[in-house]
Amino acid sequence: MNEKVIISVCVGTGGMAAGALDVIKAFETELAGRGVEAEFKKRCEVHKVGCRGFCAKDVLVDVTAAGKTRTYQNISAGMAPRIVDEHILQGNPVMEWAVGPEYATFHGKQHKLVLAECGIIDPEEIGSYMEHGGYKAAAKALLKLHPEEIINEIKKSGLRGRGGAGFPTGMKWEFCRKAPGTRKCVICNADEGDPGAFMDRSVVEGNPHSVIEGMLIGAFAIGANEGYVYIRAEYPLAVERLKRAIGQARESGWLGKDIQGSGCDFDIRIGLGAGAFVCGEETALIASLEGQIGEPRPKPPFPANKGLWGMPTNINNVETWATVPKIINNGAPWFSGIGSEKSKGTKIFSLVGKIKNTGLVEVPMGMPLKEIIYDIGGGVPDGKKLKAVQTGGPSGGCITADYIETPVDYESLGALGSIMGSGGMVVMDEDTCMVDVARFFLSFCMDESCGQCTPCREGTKEMVRLLEEITRGEGTPEHITMLEEICAAMKEASLCGLGKTASNPVLSTLKYFRHEYDAHIFEKKCPAAACRALINFRIDENRCKGCGMCLRNCPQGAITGQKKKPHTVDPDKCIKCGACLDSCKFGAVSKA
Amino acid sequence: MDLKELDGILARYPEPESTIISILHEVQSVCHYLPEEALRQLASKTGVPVTRLYSIATFYHFFSLTPKGRHQVHVCLGTACHVKGSERVLTEIERELGAREGETTPDMRFSIGAVRCVGACSLAPVMVVDNQTYGKMTPKNAKEALKKYE
Repeated sequence: MNEKVIISVCVGTGGMAAGALDVIKAFETELAGRGVEAEFKKRCEVHKVGCRGFCAKDVLVDVTAAGKTRTYQNISAGMAPRIVDEHILQGNPVMEWAVGPEYATFHGKQHKLVLAECGIIDPEEIGSYMEHGGYKAAAKALLKLHPEEIINEIKKSGLRGRGGAGFPTGMKWEFCRKAPGTRKCVICNADEGDPGAFMDRSVVEGNPHSVIEGMLIGAFAIGANEGYVYIRAEYPLAVERLKRAIGQARESGWLGKDIQGSGCDFDIRIGLGAGAFVCGEETALIASLEGQIGEPRPKPPFPANKGLWGMPTNINNVETWATVPKIINNGAPWFSGIGSEKSKGTKIFSLVGKIKNTGLVEVPMGMPLKEIIYDIGGGVPDGKKLKAVQTGGPSGGCITADYIETPVDYESLGALGSIMGSGGMVVMDEDTCMVDVARFFLSFCMDESCGQCTPCREGTKEMVRLLEEITRGEGTPEHITMLEEICAAMKEASLCGLGKTASNPVLSTLKYFRHEYDAHIFEKKCPAAACRALINFRIDENRCKGCGMCLRNCPQGAITGQKKKPHTVDPDKCIKCGACLDSCKFGAVSKA
Repeated sequence: MDLKELDGILARYPEPESTIISILHEVQSVCHYLPEEALRQLASKTGVPVTRLYSIATFYHFFSLTPKGRHQVHVCLGTACHVKGSERVLTEIERELGAREGETTPDMRFSIGAVRCVGACSLAPVMVVDNQTYGKMTPKNAKEALKKYE
């Protein structure tokens, strides 16, 4: 057999967790045993597919052999022999293991630009990136363009910062270029701290060179010779891939002295985060890179004038950097032709929570939320009703089902009291309690507040206390008044973005879900049956078969009953863990 | 931590003052926490005051000043995991192991921690034990997964 056999296995965090390495080994053993030449492309399929239903359960594998390419889902090591036998050797793909139609729908409406090569190229080989046009943009920029031409191109493209605030990238570069000083630096912010967001992790894991190339172009345009990537220690795979990519870029002459004979010197170092959310704020990030504790400082001076070790510094997020080579290659008009009037290009979202096709999606800016949730995401599972979509992480807000037609861009989300943020999109259904969601975000901000300024340190703590009391059924109307007062004070008086925006989840849930707060306060009820203190578990005696499953699973011995007779829950002993509800096969256990 | 190991780490960081966080990462990966003795040694070798090391070690969640168990169990409490019931998973693990979040079991087998998003939201709720990520956890299968760790 002379034909090349290509097997691509998903090795993102999702694929690895599902046993991707065992699958690769199984294919290698199987093929070696039969003398088939195979090229193993380790790829990050997690970017290309919704993990739920694909990566979540098992491993996703692409096989090209005998002129046929098939994507297989739920693959484990034991399935390799049959695929090798039937598809690779006999040319008959194993259709029962192939992906279903939802795979095509998931991808149909997406517009992959930053993610275009993720899942196709081998993230550990610079050669693979080069084959797909890698470093072409850098060559063009460094050898043919003047730095100011590059900045103009980025300005014309309308690219805005993908980290959340949406500041025009070209303008930011220009500030830094014009700032006095000979020693300048660029930083890639890969401290992706928003819970529920993993766009940056996936880009760094799936296509690290695109980030390096973007930084190189930016550094040349700004006149910077030093680069730093500040990345979370919670992303070990991304750190490893990035280290390897930087090493390969140096060996290939894309980092270092006199890059490709252009006279441009530039190199990149990695700074590891250590689990502090506030370090995503640029002045805190700089402090952390300097080896200090990550406390933000007041601006001005802005980093463009006085940043890392006093150098003029330009900070952009991973996705922004990875977009730059695309713009240089294809031109500003091409980029600004995608998206909406004020928000150009595409944006990556991590679509998670109560949604069928969870995963990473890249869509043109301005796509109605409805299309993302229903056409790409497949809607809410288990026949439940959509309640809200949370965007922007702890600084964002909740968009209710009534606003599902809203186009997703910086302005439209802002008008609804939420923000674009870095791209987390968490879908919530009728079982999600919005007061509990507000409590969740505030407790996050309380833990992550650096403690430097009083409004944030004390405000978050006080709000958590008030929200906890409400979820325990101890709330009064004064709790709401107090919450509103603290929100206003924190917005006004906090030092950095964390404190200024920490109240957003409370304000947006108060605005759209006031009735849920009222139910907790006046009726002492949680409409979503999520707040433990306000719910009770009971067993329907007509449905209970007396099988004893709940009794055996109850950790507290709170369930009693004789075999084949209806069982009962003792509310005094019940800790409301829900083990009985999970274990009942007859739908006899309910909570209310 | 023996001194040779510390010297080995420091040899890779010619500018310890600005790379002190990376150095602490390495010390912690050897000792699984930051022992006081190691911090004092580090201070005397680098000239970075021990008070600053202490302030860094207590500011960043990643560092620990108390000894950790043989296995690190982290339950993700990110938004996606939260809406899919990660708090129940954490509560059940705490109950099963007889230690709370932030604590270590008396037999030093496990340390329990909560993390804010490991970026594996598609697999929510997620639990990470040492370097292994477990997805789609329920209180029951989380308990099962822990059984194989000694």
